[in-house]
Amino acid sequence: MNNPEIIPPPTEKLYASSRTVHNKRIDGPFRRFKWAMMIVTLTIYYVTPWIRWDRGPYAPDQAVLVDLAGRRFYMFGIEIWPHEFYFVAGMLIMAGIGLFLVTSAVGRAWCGYACPQTVWTDLFQHIDRFVDGDRNARRRLEEAPWTYGKVLRRAFKWAIYLAIAFATGGAWILYFADAPTLFRQFFALEAAPVAYVTVAVLTLTTFVLGGFMREQVCIYMCPWPRIQTAMLDEKSLIVTYKDWRGEPRGSVKKAEKSPGEFGDCIDCMQCVAVCPTGIDIREGPQIGCITCALCIDACDRVMKDVGRPRGLIDYATLEDCKSEAAGAAPRPVWKTLLRPRTLIYFAIWGGIGLALLFALGVRSHTDLTVSPDRNPPYMLLKDGSVRNAYTLRLRNMESRPRKMEVALKGLDGAVFWTDTIGRGQAARRQTFTVPADELLTVHAYVMAAADTASGDFAFTLTSLDEQRESDTVDTQFNAPGGE
Amino acid sequence: MNNKRIDEATGTETVGHEWDGIEELNTPLPRWWLWTFYLCVLFSIGYVIVYPAIPLLNKGTEGLWGWTSRGQLAEEMAEAEKAHADVRAKLAQVPVEQLPEDPALMAAAVAGGRAAFKVNCVQCHGSGAAGGAGYPNLNDDDWLWGGDLKAIETTLIHGIRQHGDKATRQSQMPGFAGAWDAAQLGAVTDHVLSFSGKAKSSAVGAQLYADNCITCHGDAGQGDRAQGAPALNDAIWLYGSSRADIERQILKPRMGMMPAWGDRLDPVTIRMLAAYVHSLGGGEDFVEAAEQPAATPDEQP
Repeated sequence: MNNPEIIPPPTEKLYASSRTVHNKRIDGPFRRFKWAMMIVTLTIYYVTPWIRWDRGPYAPDQAVLVDLAGRRFYMFGIEIWPHEFYFVAGMLIMAGIGLFLVTSAVGRAWCGYACPQTVWTDLFQHIDRFVDGDRNARRRLEEAPWTYGKVLRRAFKWAIYLAIAFATGGAWILYFADAPTLFRQFFALEAAPVAYVTVAVLTLTTFVLGGFMREQVCIYMCPWPRIQTAMLDEKSLIVTYKDWRGEPRGSVKKAEKSPGEFGDCIDCMQCVAVCPTGIDIREGPQIGCITCALCIDACDRVMKDVGRPRGLIDYATLEDCKSEAAGAAPRPVWKTLLRPRTLIYFAIWGGIGLALLFALGVRSHTDLTVSPDRNPPYMLLKDGSVRNAYTLRLRNMESRPRKMEVALKGLDGAVFWTDTIGRGQAARRQTFTVPADELLTVHAYVMAAADTASGDFAFTLTSLDEQRESDTVDTQFNAPGGE
Repeated sequence: MNNKRIDEATGTETVGHEWDGIEELNTPLPRWWLWTFYLCVLFSIGYVIVYPAIPLLNKGTEGLWGWTSRGQLAEEMAEAEKAHADVRAKLAQVPVEQLPEDPALMAAAVAGGRAAFKVNCVQCHGSGAAGGAGYPNLNDDDWLWGGDLKAIETTLIHGIRQHGDKATRQSQMPGFAGAWDAAQLGAVTDHVLSFSGKAKSSAVGAQLYADNCITCHGDAGQGDRAQGAPALNDAIWLYGSSRADIERQILKPRMGMMPAWGDRLDPVTIRMLAAYVHSLGGGEDFVEAAEQPAATPDEQP
């Protein structure tokens, strides 16, 4: 019953050698969906760094840019500063909950269609098919001795692997610098060493993980299938073989000979042949199943050929399988999607998303931080007046230089000057030009009359443009007079 | 222990242990995992050979590449030095009083001075440069010997009352112990305090001050930077502002000394220190006329 290729016989052996999966070509709705996903995801990956987005003369014009050196993250109209990293944290949380949501709604759809490991494995398997032919040809070639022709064929195939791997690693670095510039620098050997190291490492990992490790990554290295085991239950949509309908297996001939004795499965092994991870779905849900549904395509085609209803292997929940086995009608898919668990996940996911969007919409592009000098806390000047020093940070998050005014609020009679504005120009309000998209650090000296007591006051920052954004920061003035 | 059995669902043998009904499958590891392990072992052998690794009695093995953390530090320091080289070269050329004309260079000098200050100056002047009793506060606007960049640099190079430095800043306040009786001392102290409105002067006090103090401290107690004579009319008192403090300073004056740094630190570091001290908030603008350093040793107050 079991294919000896799939399940290793009980053995005392400590190590199992991996067998290359030579999956057979198949066409069907799921295969076409997988093609579409591959095109979409690869297009997003390779095209995104080249999209331009005009931000004016003071900011880069790359639509998506992670500027590590400048500590900025650009994504179309959004620019994130390091102090706003919670947006990134929020997006990561959304990605995590998004995975839960997708899992509870449609099972391991991520594994089956969108995971880079899956997409690149699929791509490399197409290369295999393109160079070496379909399943049987590839099997024969693998077992064949290393003739001149095989070496040549392998070298050709691995060269294509390498080219894809290099393109993968090469595209990655384009997210971290101006893509056209870096692209030119890279081939002119003028880019930073870290660029070459990153490309080398990613080329190697893509070459190895996509070209050779493939399903081994899913089965042995990836934590996600393990997490899935905890996430899936009887109500989760999975790709499953309806054993109540298929068993016992028997060929069409056998079924003709003794009608009623055999199930719908004719044991043609097509589901195994097309599987990109080389498993037999008829053994039930398992860690190696990435739910890409290619076996559904294969089985549906066979069922059509032998004139039996489709869906012997199908997307279904274990609960539905049970009720169907007991004779109930199949439940529509939307009922699986709309259940409390998916709705709650969706509510959390959407809630975080809305909160982030709201925060993004109302965030100020002007900000002031004040840190009083603590050493010394105050200074006596010649005429007995008291001076405190503060480090002010004026943040301009607009991509243009802006005039900003800092004023004292409270602390009557006090004036201030800075390290760039001399004591001669001391006043209650000073104007600064903050460079585009930058933080201006100012050391401010606030001077109050001799008898001033310690107390609270505030700095107020106002942008002198049509936005009139402002920020007020409370702080403390220290004096020998005490509280 | 020998109750190994074949697990029905997976067809894999169990390892034979059982804990509260939980059994472990003896799933074979993938062969490539084993090779990864061997590769790691090989890597670690190479690591032990090329890097310092095995501790011996006196010192450990040094490794083929001769790497040390000290060596790495030295390399990084040299690299940092190299990165600063152009700033230092520029600083060596620009006279200190012209630094403010180049804000970027000034900022670099202040940053370098801040670091040098932490190493060389905090012992007396404190980490916030606020000084203490007897040690001048460098944040305020009161300067004994001048607070422009040039004057600060001169003080740094030659020090104050530094033995053996001919150009050091030199002055001496004579002690009046035994010269005046208590009434006279009180009268002079009153006169000194009267400059800042804290006491009422008397004719006796004014006369004694005019006879003994006015040469250095000035008729209104304004002091004299050429001699490093402190101003007596302001709110800042290096040795304390109480009547007792002032009387003690008249009878047995204390005078601080500051080491000359000219032969200990390189000129660029001194320039950076001057810029830093100047930036602390009390720095004065350089005026050409104030250039004469008060280097001539004082004969007598």
